[in-house]
Amino acid sequence: MEFHRPRTLKNVLTHYCPGCGHGIVHRLVAEAIDELGIRERTIGTAPVGCAVLFYNYFDCDIIECAHGRPPAVATGMKRMLPDRIIFTYQGDGDLAAIGTTETIHAANRGENITVIFVNNAIYGMTGGQMAPTTIKGQWSTTTPEGRGKHGEGGPIRICEMLSALDGPSYLERVAVSSPKDILRAKKAVKKAFEKQIAGKGFSLVEVLSMCPTDWKLTPAQAVDFVNEKMKAVFPLGVFRDR
Amino acid sequence: MPQIRFFAERCKGCGLCVLVCPQRIIAMSEELNELGNPFAGLTEPARCTYCATCGRMCPDLAIEIEDDSPSADNSTSSE
Repeated sequence: MEFHRPRTLKNVLTHYCPGCGHGIVHRLVAEAIDELGIRERTIGTAPVGCAVLFYNYFDCDIIECAHGRPPAVATGMKRMLPDRIIFTYQGDGDLAAIGTTETIHAANRGENITVIFVNNAIYGMTGGQMAPTTIKGQWSTTTPEGRGKHGEGGPIRICEMLSALDGPSYLERVAVSSPKDILRAKKAVKKAFEKQIAGKGFSLVEVLSMCPTDWKLTPAQAVDFVNEKMKAVFPLGVFRDR
Repeated sequence: MPQIRFFAERCKGCGLCVLVCPQRIIAMSEELNELGNPFAGLTEPARCTYCATCGRMCPDLAIEIEDDSPSADNSTSSE
């Protein structure tokens, strides 16, 4: 077999930390775009967060959005350019904190866009503060005793929350913490784009991903954290498919 | 004959490929690359089955497989 860098990814080094899951998710998105042959008509949006330099890595049109606003920007682009494939790439701080409103309403309207949601349960770029998706008991710089001791609440489960709405056509949670999970994630990402191509409406894939640096773990320990701790709180699976 | 290539200059030394190799034939180097990282490489190339599991797990696109044999599956994309 042959195994190469996808055409949609530029031949540049990323700025991500060693063992970060973003690079794996980038590959999956790029492979889906390649396999569907949609690179020339795809427009992505870059978030604020660790993936803020997303546009440096993807060889397709990318627009940078204000923090949390990609679903709103994507809504505008898709309505004005309905023949383009529009996707957003967002982290948990972007999508589940400052951008919760945009996420919920774009999903509820059933906007025909694809959202790739990378959930690493922490604010990565700003140095490891608690995110809405930080799990109970998890250390972060703003929950030094572990989340939950001082009224921080519990993690927001985006797929479950959005599955209460009528709008979404496809919601799935996957992970990139093992080769098996990566193969499943690849199928999910491609399917999310296929939903948009078929005009079915809002599709979102939540990807549980590693952040060794801000979790203060080695890359190997970070993989274990996703497999043992995060999957228990964020169960993998399909939450909507129609 | 397929050829597996590890791009030392792209490697950040995370070692995820070492964890997932089914043959357990990947190890990190003692020396450092230009980025200052140890880099991955094969310890026993002859035992590699070209399954690409390491490449799928690699966040930094540092592993590629070339196959010039006529029956090669060229469906994965390349430039």
